[in-house]
Amino acid sequence: MSGDLREAALVLADGTVFEGEAIGPPAATVGGEVVFNTAMTGYQEIITDPSYAGQIITFTYPHIGNYGVNGVDNEASRPFCRGVIVRDLARRHSSWRSSGDLATFMRASGIPGIAGVDTRRLTRHLRDSGAMPGAFGTADHTTLKQAAVDAESTDGCDLTAEVTCAEPYHRPAAADVESPFHVVAYDFGIKSTILRHLSKLARVEVVPASTSAADVLDRDPDGVFLSNGPGDPAAVTHAHQAIAGLIGRVPVFGICLGHQLLATALGTSTYKLPFGHHGGNHPVRRIETGGVEITSQNHNYAVADDVPTGVEITHVNLNDGVVEGIRSTEARAFSVQYHPEAGPGPHDAAYLFALFADLMTEGV
Amino acid sequence: MPKRTDIETILLIGSGPIVIGQACEFDYSGTQACRVLMEEGYRVVLANSNPATIMTDPEFADRTYLEPLDPDVLAAIIDRERPDAVLPTLGGQTALNLAMALVERGVVGEGGVPLIGASAEAIATAEDREKFKEAMVGIGLQLPSSGFAYTLAEAMDTVASVGLPAIIRPSYILGGGGTGIAATHEEFRVLAAEGLATSPISEILIEQSIAGWKEYELEVMRDTADNCVVVCSIENLDPMGVHTGDSITVAPAQTLSDVEYQTMRDDAFRVIRRVGVETGGSNIQFAVNPTDGRQVVIEMNPRVSRSSALASKATGFPIAKIAARLAVGYTLDEIPNDITAKTPACFEPTIDYVVTKVPRWAFEKFPGVSDRLGTRMQSVGEVMAIGRTFPESLQKALRSLEQGRLGLGCDPAEAELAALDDDEIVRAAATATPQRIFHLAEALRRGLGQSRLAAATGVDPWFLDQISIIVEERAHLAGLGIDGVDRRTWRRAKRLGFSDGQLAYLLGCTEGDVRAARLAAGVAATFKTVDTCAAEFEAHTPYLYSTYEDDDEVPASDGKKIVILGSGPNRIGQGIEFDYCCVHASFALADAGYETIMVNCNPETVSTDYDTSDRLYFEPLTLEDVQNVLDAEQPDGIIVSLGGQTPLKLAAALPEGLVLGTSPASIDVAEDRQRWNELCDRLGLRQPAGDTATTVERAIEIAEDVGYPVLVRPSYVLGGRAMEIVYNAADLSRAMKELAHFGAGETAGSLGREGGLSAERPVLVDRFLEDAIEVDVDAVRDATGEVFIGGVMEHVEEAGVHSGDSACAIPPPTLGHATIELLEEQTGALAAALDVRGLLNVQFAVRRDPGGHDEVFVIEANPRASRTVPFVAKATGVPLAKLAARIMVGATLAELRTEGLLRPKATGHVSVKEAVLPFGRFPESDTLLGPEMRSTGEVMGIDTTFGLAFAKTQISAANPLPRSGSVFLSLADRDKPAGLRAARRFAEMGFDLVATSGTADYLIDHGLGVATVVAKLGEDTGSDAVELISGGKVDLVVNTPRGRGPRADGAHIRRAANLANVPCLTTVAAATAAAGGMDEWFNSPLRVRSLQEYHHQSQLTMEL
Ligand SMILES: Nc1ncnc2c1ncn2[C@@H]1O[C@H](COP(=O)(O)OP(=O)(O)O)[C@@H](O)[C@H]1O
Ligand SMILES: Nc1ncnc2c1ncn2[C@@H]1O[C@H](COP(=O)(O)OP(=O)(O)O)[C@@H](O)[C@H]1O
Ligand SMILES: [Mg+2]
Ligand SMILES: [Mg+2]
Repeated sequence: MSGDLREAALVLADGTVFEGEAIGPPAATVGGEVVFNTAMTGYQEIITDPSYAGQIITFTYPHIGNYGVNGVDNEASRPFCRGVIVRDLARRHSSWRSSGDLATFMRASGIPGIAGVDTRRLTRHLRDSGAMPGAFGTADHTTLKQAAVDAESTDGCDLTAEVTCAEPYHRPAAADVESPFHVVAYDFGIKSTILRHLSKLARVEVVPASTSAADVLDRDPDGVFLSNGPGDPAAVTHAHQAIAGLIGRVPVFGICLGHQLLATALGTSTYKLPFGHHGGNHPVRRIETGGVEITSQNHNYAVADDVPTGVEITHVNLNDGVVEGIRSTEARAFSVQYHPEAGPGPHDAAYLFALFADLMTEGV
Repeated sequence: MPKRTDIETILLIGSGPIVIGQACEFDYSGTQACRVLMEEGYRVVLANSNPATIMTDPEFADRTYLEPLDPDVLAAIIDRERPDAVLPTLGGQTALNLAMALVERGVVGEGGVPLIGASAEAIATAEDREKFKEAMVGIGLQLPSSGFAYTLAEAMDTVASVGLPAIIRPSYILGGGGTGIAATHEEFRVLAAEGLATSPISEILIEQSIAGWKEYELEVMRDTADNCVVVCSIENLDPMGVHTGDSITVAPAQTLSDVEYQTMRDDAFRVIRRVGVETGGSNIQFAVNPTDGRQVVIEMNPRVSRSSALASKATGFPIAKIAARLAVGYTLDEIPNDITAKTPACFEPTIDYVVTKVPRWAFEKFPGVSDRLGTRMQSVGEVMAIGRTFPESLQKALRSLEQGRLGLGCDPAEAELAALDDDEIVRAAATATPQRIFHLAEALRRGLGQSRLAAATGVDPWFLDQISIIVEERAHLAGLGIDGVDRRTWRRAKRLGFSDGQLAYLLGCTEGDVRAARLAAGVAATFKTVDTCAAEFEAHTPYLYSTYEDDDEVPASDGKKIVILGSGPNRIGQGIEFDYCCVHASFALADAGYETIMVNCNPETVSTDYDTSDRLYFEPLTLEDVQNVLDAEQPDGIIVSLGGQTPLKLAAALPEGLVLGTSPASIDVAEDRQRWNELCDRLGLRQPAGDTATTVERAIEIAEDVGYPVLVRPSYVLGGRAMEIVYNAADLSRAMKELAHFGAGETAGSLGREGGLSAERPVLVDRFLEDAIEVDVDAVRDATGEVFIGGVMEHVEEAGVHSGDSACAIPPPTLGHATIELLEEQTGALAAALDVRGLLNVQFAVRRDPGGHDEVFVIEANPRASRTVPFVAKATGVPLAKLAARIMVGATLAELRTEGLLRPKATGHVSVKEAVLPFGRFPESDTLLGPEMRSTGEVMGIDTTFGLAFAKTQISAANPLPRSGSVFLSLADRDKPAGLRAARRFAEMGFDLVATSGTADYLIDHGLGVATVVAKLGEDTGSDAVELISGGKVDLVVNTPRGRGPRADGAHIRRAANLANVPCLTTVAAATAAAGGMDEWFNSPLRVRSLQEYHHQSQLTMEL
């Protein structure tokens, strides 16, 4: 049992220490913003979600790695998160879908982690003090503390450059789609599941985050999609301009960071939530129908509710009233803060992709 | 949508007695529902025949009908109360089936009182397996291939196309009743016939067996706005083929990837929408092929279920409460989440711990019954444990069972497995039995290979590896001495759920040493909160569990704190009655301004609702775990006398001075044979003559001294465990040998594990009082010495039938005034001598000599809550348990009288309690009642006469007495005179009499006509008893054998009756009561009255 355990610790910027054991590739110090995710399934999707760039993910569910990893559940070609904090990493996994175990995957993709941590204590701490920088590894506590203090928070950081594609690329429409739309998708850190959904209604051209409005319009799309992604929406200024140049001219649909960027372009501000929404169980009311959908969420920033005239709030979070969706009929644009594509999470809001198709149909 | 204002009165149907497959969970759900509906301002009318429930407390409804759950009776209640709606989804399968029967009559549903919660059509779609299959195929979901049959001939045809092995699954059943997997045509024929007989609509599904696939359940809720949420996912450790109720189950699902889980979730929503359950909770079961992930739907229960109780406790999401609100029109988003206070109930709980449920069985009570588990549920109770990891929660659950196990092995009981060689161990693990989990651990310990075991058992490799982690840690620890254990090692072991007892066993020291050493190393239990949200929001309900982590979440408080120790898992002999008492204590103490802290591990109960006490600790009731709670809470007192034997056992080891009520020393006087005898002598109370023996010779000496028959039994057991009545020296030596050899060889039973025979555990040999009337007295005494007699209950069956298995009545139907006074006096004397503070139960045997003079013997006294406390409270309107709780914290009866808690006893009616026995589940068992208790639950009947009240209990106990037909009598000689009187009554009512030859001669000699004479076993003239009974020619059997022991004659008759579902009475007393009851019942109008009316005389006379 005891075998070759490598003792490690996590130290937060405020000095709080958590003991554990190192997992994944060896690492003396790994710094980043520490956040938590409350989903009980979907660790592979979460670890590979580019929106976690710069962050260290704490899983609140204690057993992680139970069903291994496989070739299809990745949300990006590689993980962008800095590290992973778990209570228990499965020693043996079991699933007909799996092609390997999580520990090996972490080693192969260079994502270190720490296990054995009282993740509930950590989560309560983050809940009460807000997401904060931290560092973990096999180094001594003083070194870790320093690394934590040095680790930058995501405030004011444009992290999209780190995760976006270098060159535009095509994602063909699914074979069974008759007369697909043509969608240009901004890659601010786009998840594969989103692409899979889009490809069920369109052939998709994925373009780098820095692409200008003119460039996009030259491609003559039926609609533009604004993807999820990491970091502070206020810092992604080039996108604000590009989006401003697109709205009104072509239907726009945004998710997560894409939602925040659309809102900004429409004249709303964004702010940072104390510890964000990260999980698969957030209830969101769709104001139009009154119905509630259970949603997958992953964001630290949110859109303020003082939206300008012409923009309406379409969805709100039932837990804390945070704006979850907006629409501008005039601008033919809408967006949601949460993840209707799931990956991981519930499928309740998948209808939003159909709404995008409707919007593009009207536009024809 | 806000709540409905077009309804005023709601009839809620309860689930009746505790039976296998339907236990306390429906008291929990019903209580929650009643509370919520009352809070919402509805007039609540409740029907439930089970007096031991909290929901039938008169405060929980406006009108409480402790009446039989029978369509006629329900129709009468509806007629009287004119409800605007009937809510059938919170009372288990019983309520659902009853609602459907009422729909058929047009009383409920279209044209009658509307159903809320689920429509008749939805119920039919879910419960009628053919309709369900059609519906599922319609929405494109997969099911195993199958066909239907309504007759045996059709069944044989169907199986030809489905193929073997096949499972038989009847419609509208509960707990897998009538199901079974057949591998051969012979097995199939038998199982199909049983299945057809079990289904109320005589419909069976014959389905391809997918035993070995993984089994899952989702608990889903839906509201009128079509919002759907999954409250909890549950994964069974035991694969398909073992009923979920008999499986070790784990929440949340452990081995499903998100892609698979979300598919299952989508399917579950499609199922609930298609079936049409508009509001409330449903349980949907799936099976998954481990090799390719193919998912199939197994069934859906359109109601709150055992699993919903588990899911509620596992997540903190109160399904029943919310289901009740949804039923009256609210939507999920309008209901607040109590735990976070600021978020709505429209969400999906997420948890940051692992929950394990382990069932508890009672096979030792049913000799001859195989302990193989299958698709029919056989467990009588369950425990749940919460840990941060699966190993921790599994080990906590195993020690919660109170079956002498300290966890997953590492205890003296594991020695048994040493006798099995490697192949035997693997074979044992491949067979589902209560011991399987231990077999798995042993096989892994021996290094027999996870792959081999996975293949042999169908248990998922992830679970096997988790068990291996425990087993490997064990090997590591066993190599250390206590001094070699450092902080990290202590912490790792405790985090894997090892109890101090297991560690002591492994390290070769005492439990105390382990505790001291690990505390010194800084490894102490920490308590975490169950909060529905994995700490995302602050929790406002202190619902806690222990684990070994960094920090502790026990909120500070400065109130006066009282810890109430609960009663653990339901088992035969200790069931819901004790939970009732604990809950009452909690309510009474809260009313009196105390802060109440409940400790229990039974997920079915009201006591483990986070709403019941100020704080809830979901913990095993072992000394170690209780000690941890005491350390964390520093309470002002502990109540140990309301949860049955479980907490009482701990009393002596708990900190002195903290135990409230009767002192542990007095408890010991009542338990210690020697001191008890001395006390009785001193008080001049007569006892059956007897003594203790550790050898056969000594036993025979005693028997010769006191005279045969004698009653032999081991000391320190509950529920009449292994008790036997013997009539001669030969039987006595055999009985003594069996007792001495418990635990070794063939007769090894659980008793062996409980400890063999020794000077500390002698055998008690007592004169058996034949033909004595047994009487139970429940009383309360306060510190001033005042004694309040709660109730004197005269048993219907004579002494020798365990008090828990016999019917009894208040007021006593045959005892004279003088005798009752004497019993009360003796009870008072005992209470004073034991310095009782709180409850005392005394059992007496009363022997009536030919001159009509009564002789009184004391059988035993228990200075704690007894099984009859709730019955007495319901019969008299006096809340005994509440009084006791208050007395334990210093109140006097006089004060409680002034306060109004103690009010005069309600009189003017007769209350009868009847036991409910699980023989239907154990067809091979003998139904003869005896000193070993075997009932799982009880029912109550109230009416103006004993006969009517008794008849009601027989209907409630699903033992309905026939209106006409024939009565089969086979009586022991000593019962013939009394039996004649009963027989005459049956004849007068127009029944044909059937009798075995001896009984027939006696009846004919006394002028009765006997239509059919049956040959005794071994005789070849006359009809065959078994043929008559199984051929449906007999409507009631009265069979009293010569002795009352495991070898009593007439077993074939009783077995045939059991198999054919013919009511069978095994005492003349019961036959007499039945004859009288039937006569009155069939000749008087049906009359139903609520408890509130019975308790308030004036109201009663007004409405009579
Ligand atoms: N096709 C099948 N093959 C093998 N086992 C089955 C099959 N269908 C059901 N079972 C087993 O039978 C048990 C009882 O069946 P179920 O319909 O759930 O009864 P109940 O309605 O009483 O819960 C299930 O828990 C499952 O283990
Ligand atoms: N001496 C006796 N004569 C006749 N019946 C007895 C005698 N002692 C006990 N019994 C019967 O045995 C039953 C069980 O005995 P009891 O002492 O109450 O055991 P337990 O404490 O296990 O419930 C009693 O309810 C009573 O019917
Ligand atoms: Mg079932
Ligand atoms: Mg069912």
